[in-house]
Parts: sequence; structure tokens; C-alpha cells
Amino acid sequence: MQNEYTLTRAEKRFIGWHLFVAISALAIGSFYGPMQAFNYAGWNFYPLLRKLYIARSYYQGLTLHGVLNAVVWTTFFILGFLTFNMIYGLKRPLKYPKLNAFGFWMMVVGVLLAAYYILANKASVLYTFYPPMQAPWPFYLGLVLLVVGSWIEGYGFYFTLHQWKKDNPGVRTPFIAFASVATMVLWQLATLGVAIEALFMLLPWSAGLVKGIDIQLARTFFWWFGHPLVYFWLLPAYLSWYGYLPRQAGGKLFSDTMARLAFWLFILLSVPVGFHHQFVDPGVAPGWKYIHALLTLSVVIPSLMTLFTVVASLEYAGRQRGGKGLMGWLTALPWDDPIVASQLLGGILFIFGGFGGIVNASYNTNLILHNTAWVPGHFHLTVSTAVTLTFMGISFWLVPYITGRELCCRKVALWMVYLWFIGMSIFSQAMHSLGLLGAPRRTPLGEAPYIPPEWSGLLLRVGIGGIFLLIAVYMYIWIMVHTAFFAKKAEKEVEIQVAEAMTDVQAVPEWLDAWKPWLVGAVALLIVAYTPVLIDLISGMVPVAAPAMKLW
Amino acid sequence: MASLHIDKHEKRWITISMVLLAAFAVLIGVAGFALGVQVPTLDQKIDPAKLDQDPEWSNPGVREIVPGKKYEVFIIAQTWQFTPREIVVPAGAKVTFYVTSRDIQHGFKVLDTDLNVQVIPGYVGKLSYTFKKPGEYKFICTEYCGLGHAAMFGVIKVVPPEEYGQ
Repeated sequence: MQNEYTLTRAEKRFIGWHLFVAISALAIGSFYGPMQAFNYAGWNFYPLLRKLYIARSYYQGLTLHGVLNAVVWTTFFILGFLTFNMIYGLKRPLKYPKLNAFGFWMMVVGVLLAAYYILANKASVLYTFYPPMQAPWPFYLGLVLLVVGSWIEGYGFYFTLHQWKKDNPGVRTPFIAFASVATMVLWQLATLGVAIEALFMLLPWSAGLVKGIDIQLARTFFWWFGHPLVYFWLLPAYLSWYGYLPRQAGGKLFSDTMARLAFWLFILLSVPVGFHHQFVDPGVAPGWKYIHALLTLSVVIPSLMTLFTVVASLEYAGRQRGGKGLMGWLTALPWDDPIVASQLLGGILFIFGGFGGIVNASYNTNLILHNTAWVPGHFHLTVSTAVTLTFMGISFWLVPYITGRELCCRKVALWMVYLWFIGMSIFSQAMHSLGLLGAPRRTPLGEAPYIPPEWSGLLLRVGIGGIFLLIAVYMYIWIMVHTAFFAKKAEKEVEIQVAEAMTDVQAVPEWLDAWKPWLVGAVALLIVAYTPVLIDLISGMVPVAAPAMKLW
Repeated sequence: MASLHIDKHEKRWITISMVLLAAFAVLIGVAGFALGVQVPTLDQKIDPAKLDQDPEWSNPGVREIVPGKKYEVFIIAQTWQFTPREIVVPAGAKVTFYVTSRDIQHGFKVLDTDLNVQVIPGYVGKLSYTFKKPGEYKFICTEYCGLGHAAMFGVIKVVPPEEYGQ
């Protein structure tokens, strides 16, 4: 089948640059993850890495792993993928391509600036950069440029959608474009928190303009951003699950309407939830923690809606493929197609990520697991499996589309996807268990003197998971390098498999294609959920200075 | 205007989700506010540079309020140690911990209990626990605080009430 629309070479190249930065970051950042897992298992490579100038400490490696994987890989991949969805979904170029290019290069400058200070071991402050640990001010400036650059790319999307709506009155926005703009709107609301922290607290303080800042206040602004950040990672994966996966699996999208409703609910509910990361912070009153716990739990609704719609779409696909009986549709799905398998496997582990998320969000059970190995165990199921495997699946068609080459080594791609799934299952299960026993996160447990011998079996399993993941991630990088630069030129353009909805898209109610009421609701909820606590904290600030010595 | 069309199975599914959500909300509320599984609260704010001038904080450690029944423990976290590193309390007594930091953020988590607080300079966290069984409970730093972070821990020795103070 012929694609209904074709991107220009310049547009493809622009998206390709996003993916290039994303995958380069993944290639570097992912090296350090397994090194941490190996340290847990007692295989300590840090003395060697120190000699080779690859990592000065566990924590420098951890900072690189967190920033490059969780921030750079995700943000750049997402913006590249969403740019594609805007153009292809609306079948028109971006309204101001130069504005988007400006945003992109601002992000690149920001990343390079921050990366320099991390690589020079001047900013081993992890990707949460909690004060009063202090990095040099250009590090924070780099983060600000990254965030503001991403906003500008988002504004480019808004202008493009606005023009499209003007030219197509009464027509429902195509789902993939709608979901792209929705993701950027969520990102805008979320990043306001961290932007305030960086611009008004961290920058002036690290530049020496103010002596001290209030640490509880800084944490509160950070977590205003820190949780919706995970929905910024997830929504593009959901875009693929709703917008592409049904067709890639051989079926249709079960309900376009419910897909949109889920996105709106995420915009509404996923931002005012930050205190569930601060349940054990002394400076936030318990009542407010409880309210945020309820708001966090209400995100269960759009999450379970997504589960229903995606599974219903897949069941339809499986039955179209000849699957019979209660579960026959499941085995009939194309598990041997790396594009589909990556998303299915990511989705399976995401179910467990969801269960864990409910435990994290619960006001009382969080006491057991706050800042333990449970937490990285949890988010390696969500961002590092559901999101990352889905992004890898997307890259298996998007990179060939951009470079005009065939996906190199399909079999390797398929193996890689399953290895990732197995490795992450082993790793994450052991991390959850360690967390329940009380093992702290972000700690080289291989060197910690308080580790009881009973934990050694679990620590070993963390290392074994790391072996699978180290192999899998470099298989992926190898596939990408070959697909981008060396693979056979394809005879025709990759077919873009946007899923058709089972129902008429025009039957989507108007209020599900109207931005104003939802945005007003989201901002109002954000104000209600944060204003009293912020007023309380700001009116009683305790300024704290940076420590006198370098701590890493 | 088109109305919202929801498949009947999905309607049922959403109803179940909502019931589940309501059940969680109630259970958490009951655990948190009726059964007393409480998150840490704020005791007071204090300038970390002036801890040594404060009568309470210049000499951290255990205070006996009601012998055998009620104790207070003051703990200062700083890079890369807790003061004091060893704490002795009797089993069965209600122990209230006051924890703060002298420099940067740390964590205070007591293994095998639900005691857990983010240690934030400028803020004193307050949390309580009754150790029922005698034994050694390690408390560890759970927040990254620099190169020595992994070695930052201490021990609470819970002794039978009749042996306490001997």
C-alpha cells in the first residue's frame, strides 16, 4: 500500500537528528547501568573504569546513566517521534520549521553543556540534582536550555495544530497528532515546576547571588515535575499502542473515543501528584500527602482504560489472524515481528509496573520502600521496559523510513527484544525484593558494610539481569548503526501503519477535541493541589548554604 | 452533538476500576488515620549551621521521658555519619525520633520497620515506633550524599526492659 503522505527529505533529516542524539545518549548511558548491577553482584569494575578514565566513581556513572537514559534518550526520541506524528498525522508541514529547529538546537546545546560538567566529574549530583549538593551554575543552565528548547518545539506543534484546525473546521484532529500535542501540553505543565526550581533557586544560588536556598521548597518544585515526567515518557508509548500497534498486529483500534478520553484524563490527573514522592518529607503536612495519594491513585482510571482498549484491539487483531477460543487470539499475534513483539513484551512487564506504582502511591506502604532498591526496580519496568522497548519497536520502522534503508538483521532485532524482556524481568524482580528488605537505592551495595549475607542471592540476580541487558542494548545499537548507515537501500518507502479506528472518528464527541475546558481544569487542579503548601513553605524558608567541600 | 459512546464491556471495566480506586482510598485512609500508620511530620525548622548552639541538638542521643515507656531520640545526619551511631532503647517503649541534617540531604531508614524519613537540612522530621522484639536494628542512609554514602549507617540496640540501663 502507498503511504497517503510523504515527508520531505529535510523533515526526515530533522527527525533523524533527534533520533541520532537519542540513540547516542542511550549508547553511552546504558553502559553504566550494568556496571552498577555488577557492583551489586560483587563484580566491581570501578577500579578498572577509573584507570581507563571511563568513570571516576560509581556516582559519576550513575549520574551519566540517569541523565543520558532517562532524560536525553527519552526527550529526544519523543520529540523526534512526535514531530513525525504531527506532520504525518496532519498531512502538512510544521507551520514554522525554523522555530522547531531552533528549539532542537537549543536542547542540543543544553545537553552538551550539562554533559561536559558531568563528564568532567564536576556535577556528579545524579539526575535529581538535589540541593544543597551543588554543581557549577552552567550545569543548571544546560538543564534550563534543554527544557526551554523542548517547550519551543512544543509551541511549534501548537501553531501547526492551530492552523490545521482553522483549515479543517469541524473535523476531528487525527489521533496521532492530537496525542502528540497532548503529550507536549502535559510536559509544559510538568516542567514549570523544575523550571522554577532551576531559574529562581538553583541558578542564582550556584552563581553565588544568594547564599542559601530552602531545600524542602526545592524538592517540592522538583517533584511537581518529577512524577508527570514519567507520563511524558509514557504517553508517546501509548500513542504507539493506540495509534499503530493495532494495525501492526493486524487489526484496528477498538475505540478512538476512549483513547482520547484517556489522554485528557492524563493531562488532568498526572501533574498534581508530586507529594507521593515526598511522603516521608518532614516539611509537607500529612493531609496534603493524603490528597496527592488520592490524586495519584486516580490515574489508575485512564491507565486501566488504556489496558482495556489496547487489549481489545489486540484481541480483534488476533481473531482476524485466525486465533480461536478464549486465549487463541493471544498466541495468534505476530510474536516473531520485532516491531510488535517489543511493544507486547513492554506492555506485559508494564502491568507489573502498574501494580508496583499503586504500592508506591499508597500513603502507608510507601514508608517501607521510599528510597529503596524497589524504586529503580519499579521504574525499570516502566520507563526502561514499557517505554524503551516500545521506542525501540518504533525505531525499527521509523529509522528505515528516515534513512531509506531496510531494517538490518530482523532476527537480531527479535532476539534483542526477548533478551531485554528476560534481563529486565530478572533484574527488576530482584530489585523489588531487595527494596522490601530495605536495601537503599543509588548505593553501591557491593561496598556497603551493612549488607547481611542473606541478600547475596538477590544481589547476584541483579548482576545476571545486567549481563542480559548489556548484551541486548549493544545489539540494539548495532542494529541502529547498520540500519542508519550501512543496510541495503530499500526499494520503496516503509509503509506507515497508522491504525484505523473501528468506529467513525467523526463520532468522537466535540468536547473530546476541545482544548480549553481540559486545560482550565488541569491548571485549576494544579493550583488547588500546590498553592497552600507552597505558600506555607515560601513564608517560612530556611536558607541552607552549599557544603564547603566537594563530596564526590 | 455526538454523545460519548462506550462499549458495554468497557463500561463494566471502568466501573470495576472505580470501585477498586474507592477501596484503595478508604483502606489507605483507615491505615493512615485510624490505625496510626503515619508518615513523618515536621517537628520544627532549625538553621543547620546553629545546631551546636541549640540545647536540644548540641548533645544528640536518647532522652528518657517515662522510664520503660517513653523515649526520645535525637539524631543528626551529616556526611558521612550519624550522631550517635549507636542507640539503646528498651523493648515495648514508645520511641520518638527527631532527625535532622547538619549539611546536605540524607535518608534515615531503620531496617525491618516502617521508620523512614527524608533528612532535610533546616527541617526536623518526627516519627515514632515501638520496638516489640529485642535485637539489633540497623539504620542506614538512603539518600545519595557523596562518596562515603554507602558506609553511612548506625545501630539501634533494643534490649529487654529489665536489662535496660544496666
